[in-house]
Amino acid sequence: MDFELSDDQRLLQDSITRLLGDRYAFEQRKGYVKAAEGFSPALWSQYAELGLLGVPFAEEYGGFGGGAQEIMLVMQAFGRALILEPYLATVVLGGTALQLAGSDGQKAEIFPAVAEGRMKLAFAHSERQARYDLSDVVTTAKRSGGGWVLDGAKSVVTHGDAADKLVLSARTSGDRYDADGITLFLVDTAAAGLARRGYATRDEQRAADVALSNVTVGDGDVLGEVGNGLAIVQPIVEAGIAATGAESVGAMEAMHSMTLEYSKTREQFGKPIGSYQVVQHRLADMFMTMEQGRSMAMLATMMVEEPESAERTRKIAMAKVGLGQAARYVSQSAIQMHGGIGMTEEYAVGHYFRRCMVIERLFGDPAYYLQRLAEDVE
Amino acid sequence: MDLRFTPEETTFREDVRAFIRDNLPTDIRDRMRLGHGPRKEDTVRWQRILNKQGWAGLSWPKEWGGPGWTSIQKMIFLEENQVAPAPELSSFNITMIGPVLIQFGTDEQKRRFLPRAANLDDWWCQGFSEPGAGSDLASLKTSAKRDGDVYVVNGQKIWTSTAHLADWCFLLVRTNPNAAKRQEGISFLLVDMKTPGITVRPIISIDGAHHLNEVFFDDVKVPVSMRVFEENKGWDVAKFLLGNERTGIARLGKSKERVKAAKAMAREVNANGRPLIQDAAFRQRVAQLEIDMQALEITQYRVISAYDKAKGSGRPDPLSSVLKVKGTELLQATTELAMDVAGPLSMPVWAEELAAMNEPDDMLEAASASTGSYLFLRAASIYGGTNEIQKNILTKAVLGL
Repeated sequence: MDFELSDDQRLLQDSITRLLGDRYAFEQRKGYVKAAEGFSPALWSQYAELGLLGVPFAEEYGGFGGGAQEIMLVMQAFGRALILEPYLATVVLGGTALQLAGSDGQKAEIFPAVAEGRMKLAFAHSERQARYDLSDVVTTAKRSGGGWVLDGAKSVVTHGDAADKLVLSARTSGDRYDADGITLFLVDTAAAGLARRGYATRDEQRAADVALSNVTVGDGDVLGEVGNGLAIVQPIVEAGIAATGAESVGAMEAMHSMTLEYSKTREQFGKPIGSYQVVQHRLADMFMTMEQGRSMAMLATMMVEEPESAERTRKIAMAKVGLGQAARYVSQSAIQMHGGIGMTEEYAVGHYFRRCMVIERLFGDPAYYLQRLAEDVE
Repeated sequence: MDLRFTPEETTFREDVRAFIRDNLPTDIRDRMRLGHGPRKEDTVRWQRILNKQGWAGLSWPKEWGGPGWTSIQKMIFLEENQVAPAPELSSFNITMIGPVLIQFGTDEQKRRFLPRAANLDDWWCQGFSEPGAGSDLASLKTSAKRDGDVYVVNGQKIWTSTAHLADWCFLLVRTNPNAAKRQEGISFLLVDMKTPGITVRPIISIDGAHHLNEVFFDDVKVPVSMRVFEENKGWDVAKFLLGNERTGIARLGKSKERVKAAKAMAREVNANGRPLIQDAAFRQRVAQLEIDMQALEITQYRVISAYDKAKGSGRPDPLSSVLKVKGTELLQATTELAMDVAGPLSMPVWAEELAAMNEPDDMLEAASASTGSYLFLRAASIYGGTNEIQKNILTKAVLGL
């Protein structure tokens, strides 16, 4: 057991922190939110230059050759700065899909393009009726000539409006809820019959609803085995849980230190509010909760690096619950300790609050996973 | 970063588990499985078995009979020992007075006391708290006046766990009432409990049992050679003692064992016409506890790992306060779980009646013990520095407020 970072990991962490320190102050970020894309294309290029967009990819594809730990470091730094760019969608979710199921040809086409910042991806799996049930897929893919025809709709696709390609699930056989019969496709967002409606989510990030009507794709666009897509969807979601878990740790760190600073400067009854024990203990509770959350983010990261197993699934579910609960407590406390100013759009803390609120329900919320864990109690 | 156990650590765990399985007397294990605390003779018997194996001086250096384990190995041992379940090592002997003597004691004190402490030939107790000095320990008043080769001790200690069983007491006394700072007039003494002038009076706690005592000192003569470290420097010793080796403080193995026992009982009792273990709300509650234990387990290893890296700094990691608070909250939650599983059977105080009937009934005994533990472990968030004091420590050390 060893919790130390390697020299390379430390370098990676330092270079991200330096870049974001220069370019992602809260006031600068406000400008990026207003951009047409809803994020900063200039920063996206900077991430490419720094090698961040290729972190998990093999060096032969222009990547950094990193793994879940490196993603954890990146996402934690992104959480602290509250970044808006489609890193989760492109590198983590799209990247994991290709890592696990991509053919050599698909990887050779897509990984260098992603690493160089030329291509963005999104993971179009969830459907409006599905809630968090991963096997609830009714979008269909029917065999036609030498390819497939897609019909259906995908809901709240994270950064779906920015994506050049979608990793999209559709049912090639079976019925709604069947674990078998789901297949993943790589779909160009410019394809005829594909319509996207982009919108802002509560955390100022972007998502899109995707409608598919008679969209034609070829056999070369199938990702992995036909009918066995759920076996890839599950680890994609798990990678997403670990990555957003790390992001929420970064957000908790930011909220905690903001609240701590505020308690030293804000005076009431002639003294800084941080001199009152009731405030001190709330900050101590926030700290303890954050550290428990950090432990869970480490656990999720470690399990993502392990081969598939019931134990891995169970531990990641535990981490998801623990992190969701921790971030909710820290977020709510941060606003409460700030008082009125914490309620304002102008002030940063509410923005972190909203990101944690969204992360809590990405890939399933604590209640959903708690119920699943409860079913498995032995 | 690698959160997996090394193959050596896994082998070590298997070895420890096998040793405990083969050597823990079954009568002790069975009593503890029912949720009883160990009796004095249980703790003595088990600690002597461990000592013979060279494992009792858990964190002590090898020259004083310690096993020479890494912090991770120590943690693994503590957890396996708690999960077994086996009596825990006497914390007064092993994690308090032992390390204090190793750090501050004279050679004579080390030679005389350490081997006997490891083998539980001497049962130690801790004379710190007083009626007017609880969380504010430095306000203690028990006085020690130098008279030639002895200190004459007068005063009163309270909440002294197992004083009625103890052979020796390590005691904080005020040797200089006029010191500029209260902390500067305190000394640390080793006192033979058989010394004339000591009176031990029981305090029965809310579980109906006798763990706690008041201890009165009336002109008790303690040889100056029984002082540890310099006169008026006892606060340094006390701080070392309170900050030393807090890594086991979460008692996670105990919580795990209690949840396991509660689940076992939940298979035996019915709720709404089926075993309680099948009840969705019960299962969620167990799942939540298991999540919280999992998070604390990683936090615990983080603290230990940092402790190993920072060896020699002598400063307690403020994160150990997180272990204390979260660990005791969890332990208390497991006692609530066990009591709630026991349901109406948790109400009777069966101990004497069951013994008199001579008809063992494990269910009734465990159910009755569940309320005993629930009541007794309300103390967990009070002893060892209340959880509120732990938050004060965090406020200062981590938050800088």
